[in-house]
Amino acid sequence: GGLGRGLLALLSRDRVDEDTWEEVEDLLITADVGVGPTQELVERLRTRLRVEGGQSASVPEVLREELITLVDPTADRRLGVRGSDGRPGVVLVVGVNGTGKTTTVGKLGRILVAEDRTVLMGAADTFRAAATEQLTTWGERVGVPVVAGPEGGDPASVAFEAVSRGVAEGADVVLVDTAGRLQNKSNLMEELGKVKRVVEKQAPVTEVLLVLDATTGQNGLTQARVFGEVVDVTGIVLTKLDGSAKGGIVVAVQRELGVPVKLVGLGEGPDDLAPFDPEAFVDALLGAG
Amino acid sequence: MFATLSDRLADTFKNLRGKGRLSEADIDATAREIRIALLEADVALPVVKEFVAAVKERARGEDVSQALNPAQQIVKIVDEELVAILGGETRRLRFAKTPPTVIMLAGLQGAGKTTLAAKLALWLKGEGHSPMLVAADLQRPNAVNQLQVNGERAGVTVWAPEPGNAQGVEHGGDPVAVARGGVEEAKRTLHDVVIVDTAGRLGIDAELMQQAADIRDAVQPDEVLFVVDAMIGQDAVTTAQAFLDGVGYDGVVLTKLDGDARGGAALSIRSMTGKPVMFASNGEQLTDFDVFHPDRMASRILDMGDVMTLIEQA
Ligand SMILES: Nc1nc2c(ncn2[C@@H]2O[C@H](COP(=O)(O)OP(=O)(O)OP(=O)(O)O)[C@@H](O)[C@H]2O)c(=O)[nH]1
Ligand SMILES: Nc1nc2c(ncn2[C@@H]2O[C@H](COP(=O)(O)OP(=O)(O)OP(=O)(O)O)[C@@H](O)[C@H]2O)c(=O)[nH]1
Ligand SMILES: [Mg+2]
Ligand SMILES: [Mg+2]
Repeated sequence: GGLGRGLLALLSRDRVDEDTWEEVEDLLITADVGVGPTQELVERLRTRLRVEGGQSASVPEVLREELITLVDPTADRRLGVRGSDGRPGVVLVVGVNGTGKTTTVGKLGRILVAEDRTVLMGAADTFRAAATEQLTTWGERVGVPVVAGPEGGDPASVAFEAVSRGVAEGADVVLVDTAGRLQNKSNLMEELGKVKRVVEKQAPVTEVLLVLDATTGQNGLTQARVFGEVVDVTGIVLTKLDGSAKGGIVVAVQRELGVPVKLVGLGEGPDDLAPFDPEAFVDALLGAG
Repeated sequence: MFATLSDRLADTFKNLRGKGRLSEADIDATAREIRIALLEADVALPVVKEFVAAVKERARGEDVSQALNPAQQIVKIVDEELVAILGGETRRLRFAKTPPTVIMLAGLQGAGKTTLAAKLALWLKGEGHSPMLVAADLQRPNAVNQLQVNGERAGVTVWAPEPGNAQGVEHGGDPVAVARGGVEEAKRTLHDVVIVDTAGRLGIDAELMQQAADIRDAVQPDEVLFVVDAMIGQDAVTTAQAFLDGVGYDGVVLTKLDGDARGGAALSIRSMTGKPVMFASNGEQLTDFDVFHPDRMASRILDMGDVMTLIEQA
């Protein structure tokens, strides 16, 4: 961003004056943290420094601490990939258009295969041009079979078919890719709700991953809220964090909805998926990572 | 949750109404609300600062209007400034004197380039042109198939000599050669417009940015369009600048405007780069496409429709 010199440099000045506080605010805002959360954070910081006075740690340390607290290092970020009663774990991957859902399904397949689990993928995006082919290529790439249906077919039936095959074959995990949809399209959101309900006739959905693009601004919070209402999101995947965007919107998402970021996408290759690391995320956000 | 600008200004208006003249405090209070509203609409911070400063400056200098109260006057200034920056008028596509006209698309991963390529083709076909699509994204799995399917839906020819990353083929072919070949093929088969779809790339990916520049050099486009998602946040300016430096472009296309993002990037990119937003992509159907309307965008960014209604009620 434009404030590349980073917060550490900024705050190691002797005195923290009004201009400096404004620069701190600016830094957080340019990372997409949002006006409300930024103001709250800065207010809390100022109070803490007033109360603790000379006793407190240095300002940059306090800010880093507060931010890390916000993204909550104690949150449980394990993926729900274990089914019960001999049924497979079912992971439903959802989000708005073009965030990286299909790619994430492919990468997740790779990780699970490396852990010696038997995996199936369901191509429940029957809508977008060549979405099934894209997932099929990913399946070949990472060595996972893909259950697909006809183009333009019912996504819920494809998802159902994939999970029932997973049950029949005794697979460990079924990953279900879904079509991108904007959260303000109520018919498409309803369709997504149906996909989940229909799947659960076969096996409980053990993880619902909302894929958020790190370049997303304040709309990311609305996305998380609406998808959360419709399919009860259990984890966030923050993609494209290998770019220049910081993904600061997840601070508000986690604070408001309590849904933890579980994974981050760091590229277009099969191995470019990593566990979310709160400290590394905060350091990058502050331009110090 | 978030009060809209109208809600916020309604409060400010209560105090401002009927005073007849703008005090510095009135201007400051209104400017603060406008600043927050712009940031919540994802307008980039440096642009917000510049914009708010300009509005304040004008508010101070403006003669007190007889017809409007001070608050109305400020809102009018905000609206005028927004529309002025966003373009004032719509820019049209430039066609080559000697066909084919070459249009190249570039942008971040998932922005909506491939979909837009087909939308543009369908639209141009409707305008009496004979467009051809060129599948020069050989990187994203099945990007070529995606363009072929969309091209078929649009009823236009697709030049796709390489399968790209499909069926386990990694990096199948040279996108620069495909793009060059596409233009030659269009000349041979008398297509008068060529639309080159390219792979998504990050602003900070020097290697892929160079590839985009190589494609540009190979096809000598009449228009390079930067395709950007309306949901993008503060990173819009960094990325827009990186593409401007890396490949260069003549116009901007804003996509996914059928969502509920406020689309502040339109203002950010326009005021940072000076490049006009030319088209709006607003849905997944190939007909969900429109020329860009600066006035609509201004009212979307600031909820200005509501504010105007408020003024009328004041
Ligand atoms: N740089 C980068 N690119 C990514 C990442 N994840 C996905 N992509 C790219 O983003 C683009 C969109 O990815 P997809 O997986 O097709 O996204 P999607 O959410 O399935 O898209 P729809 O199904 O069309 O809604 C592709 O070009 C991917 O290669 C990431 O972590 N980093
Ligand atoms: N709702 C909506 N979806 C759109 C719009 N434009 C594109 N999309 C969707 O966004 C997703 C990504 O679009 P693509 O055209 O594949 O984007 P791209 O820029 O070519 O992506 P890469 O080639 O992977 O970089 C797809 O699901 C499209 O259907 C739009 O205006 N509105
Ligand atoms: Mg997909
Ligand atoms: Mg594409």
